[in-house]
Amino acid sequence: MSSTSSLTREQHLELYYFLRLNRELEDQMVRLFRQNKIFGGLYSSLGQEAISVGAAYALAPGDWIAPMIRNIGALLVRGVKPREVLTQHMARYTSPTRGKDGTSHFGDWKVRHIVSPTSVLGDLIPVMTGVAMGGRYLGQKIVTMTWIGDGGTSTGAFHEGLNFAAVQKAPFVLIVENNQWAYSTPVEKQSALKDLADRARAYGMRSEIVDGNDAVAVVRTARQAVEHARAGSGPVLIEAKTMRMGGHAQHDGAEYVPRATREAWSGRDPLDRFEKLLTEKKLWDAKIKKEIDERIAREIREDVEFAENSPLPPPESAEEGVYCEGCHTVEAVWQRPKEEVMPPRSSVKAEWPLKSVSANGARPPAAKQEAPKAKPAKKPARAAARVKVKVGR
Amino acid sequence: MPETTYLEAIRQAMFEEMDRDPAVVLLGEDVGVYGGAFKASEGLLARFGWERVIDTPISESAIVGAAVGMGYAGLRPIAEMQFIDFIACAFEIITNYAAKSHYLWGAPVPLVLRGPCGGGVHGGPYHSANPEMYFVHTPGLKVVCPATPRDAKGLLKSAVRDNNPVLFFEHKYLYRRIKEEIPSGDFTVPIGKAEVRREGRDLTIVSYAAMLHASLEAATSLAKEGIEAEVVDLRTLLPLDRETILASVRKTNRLLVVHEDTRTGGIAGEIAATVIEGAFDDLDAPIRRVTSLDTPVPYAPSLEEYFRPSAAKIAAAARELARY
Repeated sequence: MSSTSSLTREQHLELYYFLRLNRELEDQMVRLFRQNKIFGGLYSSLGQEAISVGAAYALAPGDWIAPMIRNIGALLVRGVKPREVLTQHMARYTSPTRGKDGTSHFGDWKVRHIVSPTSVLGDLIPVMTGVAMGGRYLGQKIVTMTWIGDGGTSTGAFHEGLNFAAVQKAPFVLIVENNQWAYSTPVEKQSALKDLADRARAYGMRSEIVDGNDAVAVVRTARQAVEHARAGSGPVLIEAKTMRMGGHAQHDGAEYVPRATREAWSGRDPLDRFEKLLTEKKLWDAKIKKEIDERIAREIREDVEFAENSPLPPPESAEEGVYCEGCHTVEAVWQRPKEEVMPPRSSVKAEWPLKSVSANGARPPAAKQEAPKAKPAKKPARAAARVKVKVGR
Repeated sequence: MPETTYLEAIRQAMFEEMDRDPAVVLLGEDVGVYGGAFKASEGLLARFGWERVIDTPISESAIVGAAVGMGYAGLRPIAEMQFIDFIACAFEIITNYAAKSHYLWGAPVPLVLRGPCGGGVHGGPYHSANPEMYFVHTPGLKVVCPATPRDAKGLLKSAVRDNNPVLFFEHKYLYRRIKEEIPSGDFTVPIGKAEVRREGRDLTIVSYAAMLHASLEAATSLAKEGIEAEVVDLRTLLPLDRETILASVRKTNRLLVVHEDTRTGGIAGEIAATVIEGAFDDLDAPIRRVTSLDTPVPYAPSLEEYFRPSAAKIAAAARELARY
């Protein structure tokens, strides 16, 4: 079965579980925020869940993600539990960062290959390009993925990172989550392009446009992109068109969004659409939905309880962990013979193997390039092999 | 033991580390085919190949960002800034992302970021910077400023093996101007340890990088006048070896700090605060500074000489301090 082939019933139900869990978890966090149990800001992915869940669903277990602030769904797909998200937002000592950072700013580089988000937009593009280059160098067949908003595409790091990724043919997929608003600034004031996907053309890389509110379409498009990247054909940019259905964060009522725009999008809710699809395709019934929903409610309830019963960090722990002095080991996991990159096998003639562009600007016939290329994976990794979630246990 | 230049010591350190550990890679502008603007990486591409010596676009943020990512993937990247002035282009990703990574989410960043800094070669305002203090003010980074070939080699090897982002500032004035015999086998010099370069009883001169040599020259001429200066080479600015500074001041009771960096916000201020906090009662004179002026680095030789410290300026300040 090709990884781009259609989704099984089990996978549909699994997708529903993650989409619903994403929505319910964030709804719960809004309640906690209003109870002053979440410090700082609270950002929502309301209406954008299909992009986080669908894109992450296209990845294989060894792949890497770097979510952004509205990608809690991607974390959940990669095996992050609600309690990690909740303790993190509530600044508890049991949180993944032990209270050092809030929101969804945490990662797990070692086991689940999650690189922490940052508030500085664009940085994760060169960072994930580097992870992709590093993994390729070690002979791993990994793909890396990150997300960025429409506003983030205006940053310098976006340009530098994507350009470098394209030059390097890095196995990297970028999801441009065009929710049309960067805080209060509409996308028209961010870019003169009609489609942000066109940015990819300037870098000589492939791009796709997808309806970001259609979970199945997101999975399908992301799978194709992941396969393309894994095969060594270069990075892919996917523009997922959507709409931010809330403010920038909880404090923001988003009165600047024209009412008509929001109304137009309210009928395109990704959860509603996916549920309708499941019903139309007869992939579930009321009983199955109830089982999944009850499971989610139970999981969230248990994890909220865990988070509320967790202590805040002891004040003096603020001093810990600035430097890594033996607390972690940096380990290269080789999946190719090291001899390939060591002398004498690595020795080359130190001159450019490329023919230069001729005087009239036309390219001469393609020279055989000796610079390294990732060997194509024998078979695209199967997306189905990801973190197993039993639905309706 | 062969005589080795500061530049050759740096090249040897990279060469040997890449030979020792296949996880070590080098990336930067013109580092491959050309061997680097100062030839610090000459011969590395021929030996280690395209995958390990990576010529990049002119994109300092992408160079640093990709190096951070390579570190997460398990490599030990060395990233070169062609001139350290251009590190400003990557300031954000160094200070906001790389420096905070381990503190916030426990992900080490085994990155070396190296490049030529400093003036004295008439490089003008965009090729002479000493930007160390921007980064000394950033917890999570280490900042190394070697003054000798032996230290350059040993500290660079330590930096490659370190699990933290290490900024390694190579003073370009020293690249081909100083030579010394250095051990031929594998050796490291620990990050975070200062070294007393010259013993003395009358005052302490604390300096680093190119200004260490100006300070030593000043100390030699002072000795002819009967003033014995102790000269401390910081070697690492972050973490700062406060103990060695304090021990020297407790012995000499007078402190002069010399740096090529500009005056306001230079490391001299931090050192003065350290000594006032830790050895106030030992001081017999006010703490003095000899630094560059609070201006951009000017181009004309007459201007640049006026701008920078020199052995004569250091000696003059030391004389006053010794007489106080």
